[in-house]
Parts: sequence; C-alpha cells; structure tokens
Amino acid sequence: MSAAFTMNWPAVRSIYRFEMGRFWRTAGQSILAPVISTTLYFVVFGAAIGSRVSAVDGVPYGLFIVPGLIMLSLLTQSISNASFGIYFPRFAGTIYEILSAPISPLEVVLGFVGAAASKSILIGLIILATSALFVPLRIDHPFWMIGFLLLTAVTFSLFGFVIGLWADGFEKLQLVPLLIVTPLTFLGGSFYAIGMLPPFWHAVSLLNPVVYLISGFRWAFFGKADVNIAVSLGMTALFLVICLGLVTYIFRTGYRLKS
Amino acid sequence: MPIISISKLSKTYTSGFTALRDIDLAVERGEIFALLGPNGAGKSTLINIVCGIVTASSGTVLVDGHDIGADYRAARRVIGLVPQELTTDAFETVLNTVNFSRGLFGLKPDAGHIERILRALSLWDKRDSRLMTLSGGMKRRVLIAKALSHEPRVLFLDEPTAGVDVELRQDMWRLVRDLRQQGVTVILTTHYIEEAEEMADRIGVIRRGEIILVEEKAALMRKLGRKQLILHLQQPLAAVPPDLADYELALAGEGRELVYTYDTRAERTGITGLLTGLSAAGIRFNDLHTEQSSLEDIFVGLVREERVQA
Ligand SMILES: Nc1ncnc2c1ncn2[C@@H]1O[C@H](COP(=O)(O)OP(=O)(O)O)[C@@H](O)[C@H]1O
Ligand SMILES: [Mg+2]
Repeated sequence: MSAAFTMNWPAVRSIYRFEMGRFWRTAGQSILAPVISTTLYFVVFGAAIGSRVSAVDGVPYGLFIVPGLIMLSLLTQSISNASFGIYFPRFAGTIYEILSAPISPLEVVLGFVGAAASKSILIGLIILATSALFVPLRIDHPFWMIGFLLLTAVTFSLFGFVIGLWADGFEKLQLVPLLIVTPLTFLGGSFYAIGMLPPFWHAVSLLNPVVYLISGFRWAFFGKADVNIAVSLGMTALFLVICLGLVTYIFRTGYRLKS
Repeated sequence: MPIISISKLSKTYTSGFTALRDIDLAVERGEIFALLGPNGAGKSTLINIVCGIVTASSGTVLVDGHDIGADYRAARRVIGLVPQELTTDAFETVLNTVNFSRGLFGLKPDAGHIERILRALSLWDKRDSRLMTLSGGMKRRVLIAKALSHEPRVLFLDEPTAGVDVELRQDMWRLVRDLRQQGVTVILTTHYIEEAEEMADRIGVIRRGEIILVEEKAALMRKLGRKQLILHLQQPLAAVPPDLADYELALAGEGRELVYTYDTRAERTGITGLLTGLSAAGIRFNDLHTEQSSLEDIFVGLVREERVQA
C-alpha cells in the first residue's frame, strides 16, 4: 500500500494547527520582537557602523547585512520553536496523546516541524519587510531566496526537534542554541563577508556550517557569494539529511519518548 | 475473538525493574473489566503498553485482532485512553482540545458528536474556557471527553476516581454503563475492592507484575467473603444433627470436626445462633478456630500492602 493513501492527514493538520495556535495567541510578541530587534540592528550596524564602512562587494553595508539578519533569526527561531514545541508536551505529560494515537513518526514530524518552520519563515519575511523600511531592497534570485529560506527553516526546525527530544530539562533546551548556534551564526558572516578575514580565520570559518547557509542566501540577494553556491546548497542538504537520520533513529528506538 | 488478547507480556524498565511478568489476559467484547491491585502492581504499565505509550520487553498484544506493534494504526484507532495523571494544555480551550484529539485519530470534525460528549460530561457550558481555569475534577472530565472524541470501541480508565468528587464519580459510572449499552468495552484500574465490585463484570487481580486471578465479579465476591469456623468436638458425630440443617455445616476429621461456612460480609454471620443450637443439641466442643479462603488472604495482603505504602 502506498504511504500517501494511509497517511493520517487530519492528525498532521491537528498538530500543525495546535502548534500554530500558540504563535497566534502570542502574535503581538511573536511579531513585535523580530521587528524591534531588526530595527535595533539597523540602527547599530546599518546607521552607526555602516556609515563608516564602505560597500562590501559593491553592496552598501546596510543592504549587505539583510540576508545575515534574516538567517540569524531563521536559525534561532526554527530551533527554539521546534525544540520547545516537542519538549513541552514531554515535560507536561500531554505527549501521551500523541504516542497513543494512530500516527506515524513521519506525521508527527510533519506536524511539529512544519509548524516550527512556518513560524520562522513568517518571522523571516517580517524581518525582510522591516528591512525594506531602512534600505532599498534588492533580490536578484527571488526563487532561490525562497528556496534557501524554506530549506534552512525546515533543516533547523528538524535540528530543534532533535534538541527538544534530547533535552531533559529547560537548561539543556537553551544550551545548544546559546552555546553553539548563536556564536556560529555571528561568526558565520552575518555582518561581514568571510573574504574580509585574514587567510587563517577564513580557513577556520569554512568549518562553520552556518557560513554556507548565509553565503548561499546572500547570493540569492546580490548574486555574490563567499563560497560556491553549489557547495552552499550541498552543505545545507547534507545537514538536512543528518537531522532526518537523527529523527528517524529517535523514533525507531523510542529514545526519550517511550520507556 | 476477545477485543484485547495479551500473551506472555513482560516489561523490564531500563532501570532493571521488572514491572510485568508473563501476563496472559483476554478481555471480552463489551464487558467492563476491572484491573485491581495495589499501587506499583503494574496496572498503568500494562495499560500504557496496550495503548502504545510504553514499549513491551516481550510478548504480544492484539487489539481487535490487530498487533499493537506491526499494525499499530488499526489497533490504536479502536482505543480511547484516560490516563492516571491529569495532564492538559493550560492555554487551550475545552472545545479545541477535544477537537484536537479527534483529529489525531484521523477523523473528520463532528460538531454534533463532540457536543453530545461535552453535554454528557457537563462540560458544554465550559467549552470556551481555558483548561488552566478548570478545577481538577473538570480537567478529568475533559480527559474523558478527549478519550471519547474519536468514538473508541475500547475505553481505558486508569484510576478514574482517584481524587474525584462524588458527583463526578456518579457521572462517570453512569457514562460507563451507557457506553457498555453501546457495546463499548471498558477497562478500568483501581486499588479499591469496592470500586471494582461496584462497576465491573469481571475482575483481574494484579500483584507485583503478575495477574494472580481473573474471575467473574459475582463468583469472586461470593468466594471473597467466605470464612470457616471449625469446632473440635468432644465426641465424634456420625451426621450433622437435623435441628441444625439451616446452617451450612459439614463434618471433617472422622466426625471430630464440625465446619461452619459463613459470609463475613452478611449482616449476621449466624455464629451466635449456631452456638446456641449446638448447646441445645448437647454437642460440646473443646476448641475452635477460624480459617479464611486463600482468596481472602490475597485481599488482606492487598490491603496490607496499601497500608504500608500509605
Ligand atoms: N519509567 C519507569 N522506570 C522504572 N520503573 C518504573 C517506571 N514506571 C513505573 N515503574 C515501576 O513499575 C512498577 C509498576 O508501576 P505502575 O505500572 O505505575 O503501577 P500501578 O499503576 O499499578 O500503580 C512500580 O514499582 C513503578 O515504580
Ligand atoms: Mg497506576
């Protein structure tokens, strides 16, 4: 029997809507926070620093930081939404309902990760719109831009889902984003082109997976990249596959879900 | 075919603790089955395995003929579960959370069905309230509504009356009887003998991870209250005196022991009358003692274990 025929779509929809419900309930906060932080970044980096920094690769500095800003939020939002989304029912005990329902692991992941990715994409678009208030936007490859947005949101929502399953306390839930993701994003060229770094640090940067995301995303905007666009795409896809593998493993073994 | 058939089911938690050993159990379609046992006996573990929340270490479970592992979708679709712990999403409304449950089971929304359930559980007026504003009893009603939202054929109630007020207890029993009328099988756990007696058609007793007996309630209760008074006679008797025919008497030990079987739960045990009758008939005895059935031992044991834990 084909999986499509036996997929429990109402369950996927229920989980998705339930998860989005939390977003809309706190819509003011969910939307206002990225608008405020984006504005602050523009004030600090765009106006204060940007006025002293010449154009990067021929792109005015204020405009140059837009893809990095979006990526920064996309990564942190995807991880925090998805990890919280699955961690909370585990913590509160309401996970029993998901475990005892006729739902496949794939459907659970589609519902939770789909919702987390949707939220971070929405936030990414809000930041994009906010940016338009400060700088004249330019997007050379809009389809690739959307493509990278989707791919990154899904990949990091999956990563967040894994963290939410692994964490056995609220501290651990915040540990990975705080200690790993945020530094990697800041050092991944959100606010500079890694080509601007001395050769040694340039080489070190290439070990940072976030570099490939930001570089690819920036290419979609300005047609210029720190690394080859195919490499960017390949690295993002690789990370996606790794996260998928982890999630599959978790469900197959029941790790942290069932005793 | 039984609606639930469990064979050779064992569970050892990762801690190394064995919570279930070689459980064999069949629950018949449409019956109310009570799983009776003290705290820690393994009742929740058993239910949670059948429902897919805990994985078994070995053994098989079929629900309506479907294996809970290989054919989990078909098996779970049949089941509604009201868990022991009160766990609810604080910010959701009653109506949303019940609709959510129905969706999880792959069913289309059915406003009429949900309204009937909410009314039956006196939740209709509260349908737009957030769960965090509800009392514990109301939350338990919500959990029952969620379990019934997808029209299950089997309903599991894990310690349904723990910490529940009288009104809810009565509502719940009424609901359980209505469900049985509709052919729904109900499996409940409890550590109160009285509760099992009040509700169940059949009772299974579980202790330290083993099912030690499964009986029709009526048969069980008959055996349960029985006790024997044994009189050691001075002179052996050839037969029970006809004057005492009204009493349930038998002779043992070559006529040297007169055994009287009585019901401890009856209003009168008849012991005083019997002793008067014996005296009138001139039958003397030099010693006496009482014995209870092995079943009674089990239940005294159950109660004692309860006390130790309390
Ligand atoms: N996740 C777990 N890990 C280790 N031991 C457990 C776990 N869950 C339950 N137990 C133990 O298994 C035994 C049976 O528990 P449970 O099935 O909840 O009993 P009951 O519902 O009859 O009170 C208890 O001794 C309990 O401590
Ligand atoms: Mg229990």
